[in-house]
Amino acid sequence: MWRDHLTEIIVFSFLFLLVSAMGFVAARWRAPKDMAHLDEWGLGGRSFGGWITWFLVGGDLYTAYTFVAVPALMFGAGAAGFFAVPYTIVIYPLVFLVLVRLWSVSHRHGFVTPADFVRNRFDSPVLALLIAITGIVATMPYIALQLVGIEAVLKTMGVTGDNALARHLPIIIAFAILAAYTYQSGLRAPALIAFVKDSLIYIVILVAVVYLPYKLGGWGDIFAAADAKFDASPNPNDGILLNGNNQLQYVTLALGSALALFLYPHSITGVLASRNRDVIKRNMSALPAYSLLLGLIALLGYMAIAAGVKPLPGNSAGSVDNNTIVPLLFDQQFPDWFAGVAYAAIGIGALVPAAIMSIAAANLFTRNIYKEYLKRDASPAQEANVSKITSLVVKVGAVACIVFLDPQFSIDLQLIGGVIILQTLPAVALGLYTRWFHRTGLIVGWAVGMGLGMWMLYQVASPTKKHFGGSAFPLSEFGFDTTRTIYVGIVAVLVNLAVAALVTLALRAAKVAEGVDGTEPDDYFADEGDPRVTPGTDRDAESAREPVA
Amino acid sequence: MAAPEPEAPTTAPARAKDHSPWNWLLFIPIVVPLIPAFFNGDSPRVFGFPRFYWLQLAFILLGVGTTTLVYQMTKKRGGR
Repeated sequence: MWRDHLTEIIVFSFLFLLVSAMGFVAARWRAPKDMAHLDEWGLGGRSFGGWITWFLVGGDLYTAYTFVAVPALMFGAGAAGFFAVPYTIVIYPLVFLVLVRLWSVSHRHGFVTPADFVRNRFDSPVLALLIAITGIVATMPYIALQLVGIEAVLKTMGVTGDNALARHLPIIIAFAILAAYTYQSGLRAPALIAFVKDSLIYIVILVAVVYLPYKLGGWGDIFAAADAKFDASPNPNDGILLNGNNQLQYVTLALGSALALFLYPHSITGVLASRNRDVIKRNMSALPAYSLLLGLIALLGYMAIAAGVKPLPGNSAGSVDNNTIVPLLFDQQFPDWFAGVAYAAIGIGALVPAAIMSIAAANLFTRNIYKEYLKRDASPAQEANVSKITSLVVKVGAVACIVFLDPQFSIDLQLIGGVIILQTLPAVALGLYTRWFHRTGLIVGWAVGMGLGMWMLYQVASPTKKHFGGSAFPLSEFGFDTTRTIYVGIVAVLVNLAVAALVTLALRAAKVAEGVDGTEPDDYFADEGDPRVTPGTDRDAESAREPVA
Repeated sequence: MAAPEPEAPTTAPARAKDHSPWNWLLFIPIVVPLIPAFFNGDSPRVFGFPRFYWLQLAFILLGVGTTTLVYQMTKKRGGR
């Protein structure tokens, strides 16, 4: 009953309304010269310094869903869920050099999306369109999943209803507010709100990892409780350590997820909004602070086991919703007012990434579909306008996904999203280094990688489902005599690369035209202060100038 | 279009700007956390944490240390 949770609801609502007000005020924060430009609305004027970028990208990558789903995974499967930690360690050294190149070339040419870059680099509108569609399709379910994070909190507070509409009304209201201030303030809104969101999350987690082990008898007892639970379960692949079967999956999932993360349009949006190359490089050292936080959050799953938390029932009869264990743990262990703060941290934590993702998806539509195919001569003001409206449509779509479809569907789609976004790796990430691949080779490789990835995901069964049961593909399906599993995305992207390379060699032998590279080597090193690093200006044919320090 | 004037391609010095032997260090925090043999065990325990957990959390420091070092060593000279 919601009356038992009144204090929590009041604290939650107060903080939620506070950040909503901030979202609207954000339009005037670091006031732009001219908001009617996609660089202002969609990239915050490309002017964010180290701290803002840290909060923005951190709030963007480590989403509410992550904070709810990772401990839920630990609760259900044990050590395998801890992949989130190596995943968020290897990513930063991995992209340390890549992202600064993307930043430089994007700033010289005024690129807003990764597809903009691909179009220019490979002289192929078709490839750019595929990259844009992949990005939008991968992002949409991710936005919907942020709602799952909020819903887990609302469910725990007893805010539910008898029919679908009543149950979802709070989420619809929350997203309507979010949509309104994103429309008005663009990327500045999530950037400002991220300060509050992350401060709340850091406070909650620091308190949780000190206070809860003290209440639950110490870390030794917590791990012992988890160990006992997994020993008793019939599943052979759970436990507080990995076994021979899932080590390969653990490592490939961590690596594959790391490769995929910065291909997501919303991550790139956060990076392109930073002021210069140094800001990005410094952030690659500072962002792992969030990884430590994530590691500790993951262990909340074990604390929930030690505290004897029983997850709330899921949407279908007989199922349980493991996503509710963290809110339940807080409800059970914390005083009401602090549980309210913790819930607000999760709720607001959903808003920041949802806003950035919808902006990123809107930018892709505007730049790579609208401007490319519908209105070639769109002015910057028109671009900004289309993007604003698209961001609304995207959010309505996300809410509709949650209200009308089983949330499980969004979870499946997000699983697929990680695999398909990885298929843009050859064009976007390798494209920053080499133009060796032929544009048609990249298209064919993309198509094969997508097809293979989907087929493999379809083949994966879980105890509760016949298809799309996860991303751990049993190698025995390929005919290997083993019980090991591997992450689908890695296999798909390797095949994608191999096909792209073979087709490239064949086309080169046949002397098929490769198009003209719109970038030059020097573009990849330009920094703030470079005379040509001005968004929106056309490149001229003057010889390269020395970058001004 | 940039006409191929004899003195036109003056961009050569910029080429090496990102290149530094220090960058090779970045491979350490990419490879080490992906070798389960290092961390997939229970002992020794630290503050009750099995090795699997404390060592992987410690790898975060490895990542931070390496990226910070590479950043400091490759920072643009005279660029401040």
